[in-house]
Parts: sequence; structure tokens; C-alpha cells
Amino acid sequence: MTKGWVAPLLRSILLIPIAALLLMPVVLTVVNSLMTEREMMANYGMLGQTDTSLFVNLKWIPDWVSFQQYDKALIATPKFLYLFWNSVYMVVPIIIGQALVATLAAFAFGKLRFPGREGWFLLYLMTMLMPFQVTLVPNYLMADRLGLLNHSSSIILPGVFAPFGVFLLRQFMLHIHSSYIEAAKMDGAGLLRILGSVALPMVKPGIAALVVLLFVDYWNMVEQPLIFLQDAAMQPLSVFLASIQEELLSVSFAVSVVYMMPMVLLFLSAERYFIEGIQLSGVKG
Amino acid sequence: MKNNAIPNPLNRRFTRFIRSESVSALWLLAPSLAGFSLFYLIPFGQSVLNSFQDRWGEGFTLSNYEELLLSSSFQKAASNTFWFTAISVPILVAVSLLLALLLNQRVFIRNWLRTAYVLPLVVPVASIVLVWQILFDWNGAVNAGLQHVGLDRQDWMKSEWAGFVIVLVYIWKNVGYNVILFLAGLQNIPGQYYEIADLEGASPVRKLFGITLTYLTPTTFLVVLMSVLNSFKVFRETYLIAGAYPHDRIYMMQHYMNNMFLSLDIQKVSSAAVLMACCIMALVFVLFRMERMFRSYME
Repeated sequence: MTKGWVAPLLRSILLIPIAALLLMPVVLTVVNSLMTEREMMANYGMLGQTDTSLFVNLKWIPDWVSFQQYDKALIATPKFLYLFWNSVYMVVPIIIGQALVATLAAFAFGKLRFPGREGWFLLYLMTMLMPFQVTLVPNYLMADRLGLLNHSSSIILPGVFAPFGVFLLRQFMLHIHSSYIEAAKMDGAGLLRILGSVALPMVKPGIAALVVLLFVDYWNMVEQPLIFLQDAAMQPLSVFLASIQEELLSVSFAVSVVYMMPMVLLFLSAERYFIEGIQLSGVKG
Repeated sequence: MKNNAIPNPLNRRFTRFIRSESVSALWLLAPSLAGFSLFYLIPFGQSVLNSFQDRWGEGFTLSNYEELLLSSSFQKAASNTFWFTAISVPILVAVSLLLALLLNQRVFIRNWLRTAYVLPLVVPVASIVLVWQILFDWNGAVNAGLQHVGLDRQDWMKSEWAGFVIVLVYIWKNVGYNVILFLAGLQNIPGQYYEIADLEGASPVRKLFGITLTYLTPTTFLVVLMSVLNSFKVFRETYLIAGAYPHDRIYMMQHYMNNMFLSLDIQKVSSAAVLMACCIMALVFVLFRMERMFRSYME
């Protein structure tokens, strides 16, 4: 395999600029969040205006590194923190709830026999493949019937029972060799005991993968809150950031960084689970 | 007393049933089945019913579908969504396959590169919206560059070019996902195949087509399916960049659905959902069928 370093170097030279291009929006956001408000307006103040011949000035290094934007966004304007909290308030229950519900169901689907197993699983699978354009309609009808509209539970409950977690964890359950479970049964362990002390430790990576994938998906959500939450004060930060107006332009980079940080840090620390989850599921959720 | 001492067969069968695996499975499944039925299955059945009912929730009629298919905004949304998928998916699959092939060989800082390709997947679209505006605004950086080299500037988001921008964003977002899937597929090809090909003196091109791409085909089916499904999610990016009323060129299915939700036209939104579900099921069916045909052909 040691065929010299010329070909690998050439490939790297080809791949690195593409990587840089993909990272560019993130880097630009972080760099710009460190500019002073005045520098922001000087560089980007002409955005969205048609009566000027000025162009924006892409800048990679701020004249002056300042945390003024963060100060204004997080301390002077509590609104952003409030919207950030909205996001947390919806995403965390969905993740915990779906992980719990899906672990129980995935164990049954993956390791137990019962009539109708294949049929039910097919229903879960088909539902999982459906885009929002399809699933939001039944979600909406039921939320309407239960009177949950304009309340965060109209997003949390369908999230908890979404079929993705069952599918992903079943993939991990299938990898557990049945002999472990048979052995535990011989020892007289009940099913809950088997699930808790045999299956659960073995699917831990699966649960980690599920948590990361769900976080990515729901931290990003736009479709559900747009339809289910009329009240602007209840929207997660993801929806609000899109409607940021010119007067807030100067702080919006800092808000963007605050919003992407939990996601990026989680990804960098759990990249292995994230990638394993995608490979085993083939579904981003 | 006697009854207890000599259990009748029915009773025994009942206790065995209670202790059986099926019943334990049911207990474990109960929360998921109940919630799934309540929020997905039953209301989807309801929306199928709705789609065949008239405005007052009565009778059986096809008029919702008729109105839907004839409405110009539905046609626009459906055709835009279709063309977006038809154009962006092949580009995305080709680009990610190429990147995966390169990354699968010896490369410097390979893990760093892979992280860089996957990172856009986890960056919330909303936090990047401003960068896209800075790039594609009328006074944006791309136009500045164009003017610099003496070309006319474009109003990217408010012209036919908007479709092109959305394709770019879609590729930026999803390329890492497909690269992960392709890399996993590449790693599953047994190394012996290449060794045998080397012994027989096969050329690199022949190895690429004869081994790599052939054995990668099952992965490619999966990648195509996922890319199509993800292409329906591009509304997110579109909405965040262009708002609720974007240029005609990027008015997507979800924009149409949102408007129907806002006007509380449950019948129409139901028939649109049912129609879309049918399309997806047909697509999944065709892809699985093709994959099975390919498998039997391989054997």
C-alpha cells in the first residue's frame, strides 16, 4: 500500500478546496459575529436595498475583535434567549420521549415474536419515509381534535411517537445475538430484566446515534412550528432567525453562532455515533 | 375449590397466553403503538376520508382531487418540486460519489476532510441564512464578483436563478450525508476482488466500472432514495432564504400546503397529502423492485 505520496497529495489538493468551500458559510458566520456593530453596518448595511450601487464587502478578518454583538444579543435583548429556550423546551422532551418509547418498541420488533410484527413494522417504515408534506396533515388533524394547536405539545407529541427511533434502534437490536437473550431467559430473567441488563448496554451506541440525529433534525425544525404555532413568541429560534430584519442585522451573526454551537459541539464530540447512525439507518430523520 | 384444583384447558391456555412472548411484546409496544396510531395512522385514515368528502364533510366525491389538479398554484408547486428533484438529485449523487471515491483512497488529513463534508448537515440552516443573503443579494458578494469581471449582475433570489441557488444550498447541505453512505458501501466491497483484478492485469477504469460501481449499486439505490426524500425537505432552506412568498420558480409543494393550512382548507390539504403519499409509495416500490432485479441479475 505504500505507493509513495504523490497521488495522495494530488487528491488532497483536489479535496481541500471543496472542504473549504463547504465550511465557508460557517467560518464567515463565526468571523462576522466578532465584528463591531459599526463594522457590520459598513460592510453589510446595503443588503436588501435597491437604491444603492454599493456592494457588500466580504471580510474574513475583523478590524477589531469585539464581543459587542454577543453582549447586545444575549444580555441587552432577552428576546433571543427566550426564543432559544423555546427551542430547548421542544427539542429535549422529544429526544427523551422518543428514545424511551422507541427503545421499548424496538426491542419488541427486533427480538420478540408476535403476530402482526412484519405488518406493523412496514407501516412504521412507510411512515418514516413520508415527507412533512404528508405527515404534517395527520399530525395537524389530531392536534386540532385534541385542542393542542398553538401549544408546544402539538409538536412534542408527534415528535415523541415518530417512527424513526423505532426503526433505527431495531437495526441495532437485530445485531444482538439471540443466544445472549436465550441465556438470560434460561437464567429465569423476565423480559424487562433482559431488556435492561442485556439489550440496553448493547444498543447504547444506537441510543447515542438516535439522540444526535434527533437533535439535528428538531433543532432545525421549520415546517412544524410554522403550521402549528401561530403565536410568534412561541416559535423556536430557527424560524425567527429567518425573519430577522435590517435593524437586527448587526447582532444576527452572534445569535446564529449561539444557535449553531450546541449542534456543532455535539456533532464534533459524538461524530462516531452520528456517522454510525446514518450508516445503519440510511435516514437522516 | 374443585375448579381450581383441576384447571380446565381453556384456563390453562389463557395463562399460557398471558405469559407468552406475544403479550410481553404487546406491553413493550403499547406506548409506541398507541402514540403512533393516535398521531399518524388514525388521522391519516381521517385525511384519506376527508379527501373524498365535500366542504361540509359529507358524501363521496372526487371534486377535491379535481380542483387540486386543476389549480394553477398546485400545478406550479408540483412541477417546481418535481423539476427540483429531477435536476438536483443526479447532480448531488454524482458529486458525492466522486468525493467518496476520492476519500476512500489514501488522502492526507482524511478524517478532517470527512468532518468538513459532514459538518453542513448539522449546521442549522437558519444560522446560515445570512451568509446566503450576503452572497446572493442584489448588492451581494457574487454580484460584486460578476461586476468585477465585467458581467451583468443578477437578482439571484428574485429571478429564474433562484432555482439554481436552491440547488446549490441543497447540495451544500446533503453532500456529507451521501458521502457517509457511499463510504460505508465502498468499505463493504471485499478487497480480494481488487487483488484478483490486479492479478489479471485489469486497468483502473475497468476496476472502477467492473468492481467498484457494480458492487456499489445497492448503496446507490439507497442514496438515490434518500436524496429524493431529502429533496422534498428543501422547503426549509427555501423558506428561510426567501420567506413565505418566494419567486415563482421556487414555490414548492410545502409552500402550497402551508397556504392551504392557513386557509384551513382541510379537504384540499388532505387530498394533496394523499396524492403525495401515493407518489412516494410508487417511487419506493419502483426503487426496491429495481434493486431486487439488479440483485438477481448479479447472482
